[in-house]
Amino acid sequence: MHKASVAELSAALKARKFSSEELVRAHLARIHAQDSELNSFITVTETEALAAASHADRLIAAGEAGPLTGIPLAHKDIFCTRGVRTSCGSKMLDNFVPPYNATVVEKIADAGMVVLGKTNMDEFAMGSSNENSYYGPVRNPWDTERVPGGSSGGSAAAVAARMTPLATCTDTGGSIRQPAALCGITGLKPTYGRVSRYGMVAFASSLDQGGVMGHSAEDTAYLLGAMAGFDPKDSTSVDRPVDDYVGGLNQSIEGLTIGLPRQHFGEGLDPEVGAVVEAAIRQYEKLGAKVKEIDLPNSPLSVPAYYVVAPAECSSNLSRFDGVRYGYRAKHPKDLSDLYTRSRGEAFGEEVQRRIMVGTYALSTGYYDAYYLKAQKIRRLISDDFRQAFAEVDVIMGPTSPTTAFTLGERIADPITMYLSDIYTIGVNLAGLTGMSIPAGFAKGLPVGLQIIGNYFEEARILSVAHRYQQVTDWHTQAPPDAGS
Amino acid sequence: MSLSEEEVRKIAHLGGLAIRDENIPRYAQSLSSILDLVNQMEAVDTADIQPMAHPLDAIQRLRPDEVKEIDQRAKFQPLAPQVENDLYLVPKVLE
Repeated sequence: MHKASVAELSAALKARKFSSEELVRAHLARIHAQDSELNSFITVTETEALAAASHADRLIAAGEAGPLTGIPLAHKDIFCTRGVRTSCGSKMLDNFVPPYNATVVEKIADAGMVVLGKTNMDEFAMGSSNENSYYGPVRNPWDTERVPGGSSGGSAAAVAARMTPLATCTDTGGSIRQPAALCGITGLKPTYGRVSRYGMVAFASSLDQGGVMGHSAEDTAYLLGAMAGFDPKDSTSVDRPVDDYVGGLNQSIEGLTIGLPRQHFGEGLDPEVGAVVEAAIRQYEKLGAKVKEIDLPNSPLSVPAYYVVAPAECSSNLSRFDGVRYGYRAKHPKDLSDLYTRSRGEAFGEEVQRRIMVGTYALSTGYYDAYYLKAQKIRRLISDDFRQAFAEVDVIMGPTSPTTAFTLGERIADPITMYLSDIYTIGVNLAGLTGMSIPAGFAKGLPVGLQIIGNYFEEARILSVAHRYQQVTDWHTQAPPDAGS
Repeated sequence: MSLSEEEVRKIAHLGGLAIRDENIPRYAQSLSSILDLVNQMEAVDTADIQPMAHPLDAIQRLRPDEVKEIDQRAKFQPLAPQVENDLYLVPKVLE
């Protein structure tokens, strides 16, 4: 069951080959067997999952099931779930049980899906290795001495280890695509505004976007269709119709023009990763696509600009955590200021504190123009580079990450090296475009991701481009050996 | 660019963070290296560039000015560390 596609699972549920309860129990058993080693879940909601599964079984029996009814999934622990702790990977929210659901959670429940639990993540989604979690690091199922990537590392590891067919996730600078690449799965970050941010704990509001992870483009197309759409509760949600992502999968790619940014194939790229990505691009040429070299001249500035914009927005968003209305409160505060600063000092981890300080500095008197305004101008240049590129090409491809999964502890002491893990993904967030990562092969036994970047609201196109590749290759069906065995 | 320990203390204060003295040198070092990274932005002349605040240059959507929020105090108060008579308690501000 755990290797079947969403379409196969859905058909089997409707044909009563097995029940949703049996399907959910099978995945819960895989979680119990593997997750003490992988640590990809912060909370497993077994009781709620079994109740939701029997509800789904009743809907299926009554002929009222949709394509996702009874299919299990996991939510990144950044999406608020009514009655279920939502920690965001932080000591600050270790005791936070939201009184409401995120719009994404609501829509997925409406589709009849069954939530297995909440996945581990870098604290407040800040990190590229999942080592910044209050609940401990997640391990990569392909090599448990290595990181799964981050910040959606728990979702990626859980999908890779076949503990769940699908998972939600978020991407502010690469937090869906980089872990998807490092864990050998398919992950898609939608266009900014395509998926509601309501009830998704905010990190950098002009960059954050919820998205999907699964075993294939086809599987993720189902989930994205259920999640995407206008939401009046999110002021940056975009009011335009949602494409039929599953129906659009079989669009032809004959004559498709693929842009290859020179800046994504230069210095810093592991040659073995580069070779895998180039082989994938040759495969696309065989399938009838044309390839064109392009320039994204300002892309080297994407990491510097991001590390102003994201921390600035984070310092503002995280000011709400003050130990008064919810979350962690320091013991025995001597006055109000001591209550605020010690609650925050004791409950935020080092990386979160670092980013709050960078953002505070960048926004402080006398520095605003040199940092925040400058970064917003560079953001325009980066966005214009993409705009020009998309005048000539249909999609952009390259490596998702410059290396395969690194070892636990390898980069944690050096923030700059860690930040550069996202050098190929960050520009997409700054411009607000959609992008995905699909498995394209292995380098020294570790998965390599191919990044496919699409123009605004072209999720259907990049999904079909990914799907075409997955019809003629089997990288996406390869699973790591079970952990804990 | 190198931030002094004094500057780190000031930034932490502005950011509402109580930081242990022994961690200040480490923060001074890592924040300085992040600012070095960020200062690479100076390589480009951006004098005539319009700053970009929203990826789609969308403008703020407006809605009719109607009361929609209902009183949900009973749901929110159990989340608070300390409440009394429906109020959130903090240390005494005025003597």
